Amino acid sequence: MKTLTTKLLTTVGLGTALLLGGCEMPPPESSQWGYRGTGMEGLYDPDRLQDVADNNVVPDAIPAVPAVGPKASDIYKNVQVLGDLSVGEFTRLMVAVTQWVSPEEGCNYCHVAGEGFEADTLYTKKVARVMIQMTQNANENWDQHVGGAGVTCYTCHRGKNVPEYVWNINPGHKVASGMKNQMQNVSSVAAGLSSLPVDPFTPYLLDDRNGRHAGTTALRDGGGVSMKESEWGYSLMMHFSDSLGVNCTYCHNSRAFFSWDESAPTRVRAWHGIRMVREMNNEYVEPTTDWLPPHRLGALGDAQKVNCETCHQGAYKPLLGANMIKDYPNLARLAAAEPEADLDEGMDMPESQGDVSADMTTGGDQ
Amino acid sequence: MIEYQNIFTQVQVSAPDYAGVPLENAEDDRSGILTHSYWAGKLGDAQIGPIYLGPVGVAAFFMGTLAFLIIGMNMFASVNWDPIEFIRQLPWLALEPPGPQYGLSFPPLNDGGWWLIAGAFLTMSIMLWWYRTFALAQNLGMGNHMAWAFAAAIWLYLVLGFIRPILMGSWAEAVPFGIFPHLDWTAAFSLRYGNLFYNPFHMWSIFFLYGSAVLFAMHGATILATSRYGADREIDQITDRGTGAERGALFWRWTMGFNASMESIHKWAWWFGVLTCVTGGIGIILTGTVVENWYLWGMKHGLVPIYPMVGEAVVDPLMTGGAQ
Repeated sequence: MKTLTTKLLTTVGLGTALLLGGCEMPPPESSQWGYRGTGMEGLYDPDRLQDVADNNVVPDAIPAVPAVGPKASDIYKNVQVLGDLSVGEFTRLMVAVTQWVSPEEGCNYCHVAGEGFEADTLYTKKVARVMIQMTQNANENWDQHVGGAGVTCYTCHRGKNVPEYVWNINPGHKVASGMKNQMQNVSSVAAGLSSLPVDPFTPYLLDDRNGRHAGTTALRDGGGVSMKESEWGYSLMMHFSDSLGVNCTYCHNSRAFFSWDESAPTRVRAWHGIRMVREMNNEYVEPTTDWLPPHRLGALGDAQKVNCETCHQGAYKPLLGANMIKDYPNLARLAAAEPEADLDEGMDMPESQGDVSADMTTGGDQ
Repeated sequence: MIEYQNIFTQVQVSAPDYAGVPLENAEDDRSGILTHSYWAGKLGDAQIGPIYLGPVGVAAFFMGTLAFLIIGMNMFASVNWDPIEFIRQLPWLALEPPGPQYGLSFPPLNDGGWWLIAGAFLTMSIMLWWYRTFALAQNLGMGNHMAWAFAAAIWLYLVLGFIRPILMGSWAEAVPFGIFPHLDWTAAFSLRYGNLFYNPFHMWSIFFLYGSAVLFAMHGATILATSRYGADREIDQITDRGTGAERGALFWRWTMGFNASMESIHKWAWWFGVLTCVTGGIGIILTGTVVENWYLWGMKHGLVPIYPMVGEAVVDPLMTGGAQ
């Protein structure tokens, strides 16, 4: 009897240890952001918070230079988006971009030694130009999402050539011939390892599928969407939660997820974020597809795109809300120079006329 | 004196093989293995078998197996017949119902058709099994409590997978066959229909479900605690209340002023179990067909408490025009 009890207790003890082995060690840190009793609060594992803090350190800004002296476009050829900057500012920004995106490869990641800085030989240079425009556009036109902190190349790149968290259109896992891939019901990395749809990005962050699923009337109105549709939106929300390291109540009151009246202001910010990312993917990323080498393309031949995690990387605000743009005001607004005007200038350059004008025509479409 | 002081039954009844009472219907002869197991005796009766399956039981078993195989093979095919992936992903895999574009029509086999077929076989299997519980009880001269309780569970099953999808005009409204997928479906269902917690029938269902657990524990504890006085002879004690039953009754009457009787406690338990499914089914059948959003419905009927706002007021960006 006694041995049996001992054995039993040991078994139960070991079983509990096994079951709880993957759990976070209590106590969590909690922060409340709604009325008491409504569950509007976040719970954080202190260890993970430390990880997030360690992973979101802003590099020291390069000392600012005065915006005086000749313009970059007067000194360098084929400067399409940053021509308005003084040479000093321009050089400083180029150095910063190199530190942010290609610290190991240096200038040669985009420029070919011996060819002159104006040559658009490498795809990386052409992509960099579009990405600078994308950054400027985000800072100028998407204040409702990035306001207060702004974005720079470093927000996503963090010293890597390609940001660590990007996505491609998911071709779906392999199913037996004759089977139709339901694009769900396998462990979904995008949706927090649930069985929800595996690619919520294509419909919501590339296409503009309506993400509002909940009924808007008390009684049946007949216009509701299918249950299946809800699972796609749910999947996207899991991605939000994962990417920001927050739970649902960071934006929603869980008693009425759909209700804007009950939501936190962060939900409005996220709403603009969806539209910002959609614009980034359609207006900036997708048009680069033709220039990209095969190893930069996904299984379906599409460019690597932006989602929440690209910038947020597990933090509720990228780089924990650090304001980097104040140190790099040249990225804060779209450059004044018109691509067409630059194209004319490019035409005046006899040595690179053919290539440059062809590239610029493509660039002019951005 | 032998006491129930352990989670295992300590009384191992050693008895010769017993095939059960003879029945009038000769077809009901039991067959199969008849053996005794010490470990079965720890949990219940030490005798295993014989069983009676009969034509209905065989048909139910056959159709259930078919449904099981269809679901399993579809899951297996959904990972390209890869046995390792099949095991690794098993909790995530599913046989998904047809998409909304098919309405109530019969879709292609690979896009929901197999779901309908599997559902049909599973439903037939369950129905036949229900008949079996009914017929067996009849043959043994029992009441039909078991069959009606099972029918309550079948009602909830049919509402989820058959009746409500038909009322909604789309098989896409039904639940997928899969371990995690049906749980994700449940969460999505509540999101889609504005929080099921504001559905009064869902409230009733939870009340009866949790109530069942409490009643089960209360009754089990009462009987175990008083069995040393013979209260485990529950049926005797309904009409001939001994000191065991008396002590159990006193315990609850002194604790909360009221006690169930040896008979009524079983009616309490039966009704709580049955009503869990009955009210749950009503709640589901009203969702989407009558009520579009339970939270808004709750607002309309004063069910939703209003809390003070904290922080700035939030307005739907679509209402304010938004940025883009």
